[in-house]
Amino acid sequence: MNYFPDEVIEHIFDFIASHKDRNSISLVSKSWHKIERCSRKRVFIGNCYAINPERLIQRFPSLRSLTLKGKPHFADFNLVPHEWGGFVHPWIVALAKARVGLEELRLKRMVVSDESLELLSRSFSSFKSLVLVSCEGFTTDGLASVAANCRHLRELDLQENEIDDHRGQWLNCFPESSTALTSLNFSCLKGETNLAALERLVARSPNLESLKVNRAVPLDALTRLMSCAPQLVDLGVGSYENEPDQESFMKLMAAIKKCTELRSLSGFSEVAPLCLTAFYPICQNLTSLNLSYAAEIQGNHLISYFELQELRVFPSDLHDEEDNDTAVTEIGLVAISAGCPKLHSILYFCKQMTNAALITVAKNCPNFIRFRLCILEPNKPDHTTSQSLDEGFGAIVQACKGLRRLSVSGLLTDKVFLYIGMYAEQLEMLSIAFAGDTDKGMLYVLNGCKKMRKLEIRDSPFGNAALLADVDKYRTMRSLWMSSCEVTLGGCKRLARNAPWLNVEIINENENNDVMERNEEDEREKVDRLYLYRTVVGARKDAPPCVTIL
Amino acid sequence: MAYEKVNELNLKDTELRLGLPGTGQVKEEKEVSCVRSNKRQHQSDNEEESTPPTKTQIVGWPPVRSYRKNNNSVVSYVKVSMDGAPYLRKIDLKTYKNYSELLKELENMFKFTIGEYSEREGYRGSGVVPTYEDKDGDWMLVGDVPWDMFTSSCKRLRIMKGSDALALDSAL
Repeated sequence: MNYFPDEVIEHIFDFIASHKDRNSISLVSKSWHKIERCSRKRVFIGNCYAINPERLIQRFPSLRSLTLKGKPHFADFNLVPHEWGGFVHPWIVALAKARVGLEELRLKRMVVSDESLELLSRSFSSFKSLVLVSCEGFTTDGLASVAANCRHLRELDLQENEIDDHRGQWLNCFPESSTALTSLNFSCLKGETNLAALERLVARSPNLESLKVNRAVPLDALTRLMSCAPQLVDLGVGSYENEPDQESFMKLMAAIKKCTELRSLSGFSEVAPLCLTAFYPICQNLTSLNLSYAAEIQGNHLISYFELQELRVFPSDLHDEEDNDTAVTEIGLVAISAGCPKLHSILYFCKQMTNAALITVAKNCPNFIRFRLCILEPNKPDHTTSQSLDEGFGAIVQACKGLRRLSVSGLLTDKVFLYIGMYAEQLEMLSIAFAGDTDKGMLYVLNGCKKMRKLEIRDSPFGNAALLADVDKYRTMRSLWMSSCEVTLGGCKRLARNAPWLNVEIINENENNDVMERNEEDEREKVDRLYLYRTVVGARKDAPPCVTIL
Repeated sequence: MAYEKVNELNLKDTELRLGLPGTGQVKEEKEVSCVRSNKRQHQSDNEEESTPPTKTQIVGWPPVRSYRKNNNSVVSYVKVSMDGAPYLRKIDLKTYKNYSELLKELENMFKFTIGEYSEREGYRGSGVVPTYEDKDGDWMLVGDVPWDMFTSSCKRLRIMKGSDALALDSAL
C-alpha cells in the first residue's frame, strides 16, 4: 500500500465511512494517520468534554460533519443539574474562527443558544444539515436565523428539544429560493405554526422525504401537506383528538394512499382512534412506528406490523393507580415478539413481567440490538413465581448475540450480571437501576463485557471495590455514571489519583458544596452522583459550583 | 400519604436517598395553593394498597423524560361549563402550572370569584364550586389531588353555582 501515492490511498480511504474503521486506519502508520486525518470529513465525539474544539480542528482540517454529545443520559430524568454543562457555543466559535467548511452539525443533550445558532448560520456558507436532539437553551428566533441564512439547508431536524416558542414567523424565514429541503422536523415546538408558510415550503421542496409537524398542525392541513408531498418516506403527524368528519376522513385516507413510499410514522399525541385507522392501509410497509406520545393505543393494533423494526411503548399514565384493564404487561411484549419477527429495537414500559415471557421473547426475537425494559415498580419480581427476573434477562442476553444496548429492571440479583458478563459480548450500553446485591454484580459486567462503552447505574449496592478493581477498564469506556450507590468520596478520590486521564465528577447540590474541604471522616461519605469519563484535555473549565472534578 | 412532585425544581426533589423504595420519610408537599393528596388516603382506607405509592417519591423514576410527561397527559384541552352560562369554553390544562393559575383564568373567563379552598370544607363563601369529571366518570372537587394528577385525569370541568353549589357546600 505504501507504494501508492497519497492521493490514491486517500481515494481508497474515501470508501471507508465508519468511524471505527477510520479510527483503526489512523493507527496503522504515521503516513496513514496523516492521510486519514487530512481527508476525514465526518467526526463523531460521544462526549464533548473528551476533547476540545481546537485540537479537533488541528487534527481534522477538512472537517465537514460534526456530531457532539453533551450531558449524560440520566440528565433526561432530572438527575443532572440544569447548569451542568454541554455548551456548544465554544465549538461553533472555534470552527468559525478556523473557517472550517462545516456542512453538518448534530448535537445531542447540549445547551444551544440563539446566539450560537445565529453565529452558525452566518459562518458556514455550505451548511446543509442541523440535527438537534434533546437540546435546550434556544428559541424559535434561533431557528429563524438558520432558516434565513443557511441558503443550502437540506435538513432541519429537531427532536425532543426544549425550545422557547416565540410563536414568530420562523417558517416564513425560509427564502422562496429555498427548495433543497429533504428533512424538516419541528414536532417538539409547542406553539402555533404558520400553516400557509409551511404549505408553501413543502410545495416547493420536491426532495422532501421526512416531514414531522407539531401538534398545532390540524388534520386538514396535514392532508394538504401529504397531498403535495406524496414522496414522503417518514411522516410525523400532529395531535388529532377529535374524530374527523366523514369528508375529512376520506380526504385523509386518499392522501395517505398516495404516499406509497411511507416507511416510518410517528407523532399522534392524543390521537382519535378513527384517525389512526386511516393509516392502516400503509402500515404493513412500516419499518418504524413511534406511537409513544399516543395515550390510548390498543396493543393489538400493533401486532400485524410484520415489517416493524423499532417500537417504543411508554406508560400512558404515570399516575396509574390500579388500572388493571389497560395496564401494559408481559402479554403485550410476547405478542409483539411473535408478530414482529424483524423487531430489533424495543423500549417497553410495563407494570409487570415474568421470566417465562422473557424467555419466549428471546426465542422469538433473537435479533434484538436494543432491548430496554422498564417495569414501573422498582424491584418487582416475576409476578407469577415471585422470583427474580435474572433468568429472563439471562435468556435475552444469551439469545440475542448482537445485543448492543440493554436496560434491565425488576427484581434482580448479582446473577443477572453474571449472565450479562458471560453472554453479552457486543454490549455497549447498559442501564441498571435498583438491581444487584454486592460489588460482584458490577464486577461481572466490567470484567465480562469487552465492548462496554457506557455504563449507567442508579440505586444499586455497588461500591468502591467494584469501582476501583480495574481502573484501566475505563480507558476503553466512554463514561460511567453511578448515583445513589455505595461509592464513597474516598474511593472516588483514590480513583482520580490513579487515573489522571479521567475526569471524575462529583455532583452534589447540597449547600455544603465544597467537597475538597472535607476532612478525613468525610472520605467515608457516600457520593450522591458520580460521573466519570476519559478525556485528553483534563478537567473542564466550565463546571458549575455543584460539580467538583477530583 | 403525601405525594411528592418530581417535576418541580425543588431542592428536595434532587435529594437522593439510598435504601429501598418504601423506606425513608414521606415528605409533605409545599404548594402555594395548599393542595395535598387525599385520594390515596381514602383508597387505602377501603382496600389493601397493592401498589406501593413510593414510586412517585423516587427522583427520576420511571425513567421518562419530563418533556414526555408534559406531553403525555391523556387530555390537554377540556371543556369548561358554568351553570347558567349560554355556551361552553375550552381550555388547555397544560398552559397552567398549578391550581391558582387555573382558577384565576376561570374566574376571568366566566366573571365570577371563587371562595377560599380548604381541604376540609372545599370552596367556601361564594356559592361557586369548581368540579371536574375524571377518567372514571366521577365528578370530583377541583383541588383535592396534586396538580399533575389532576391534569392527567381531568376530562372536563364544570363550575357549579346556585342551588347545586349550595347543596354541595352544605354537604361538605
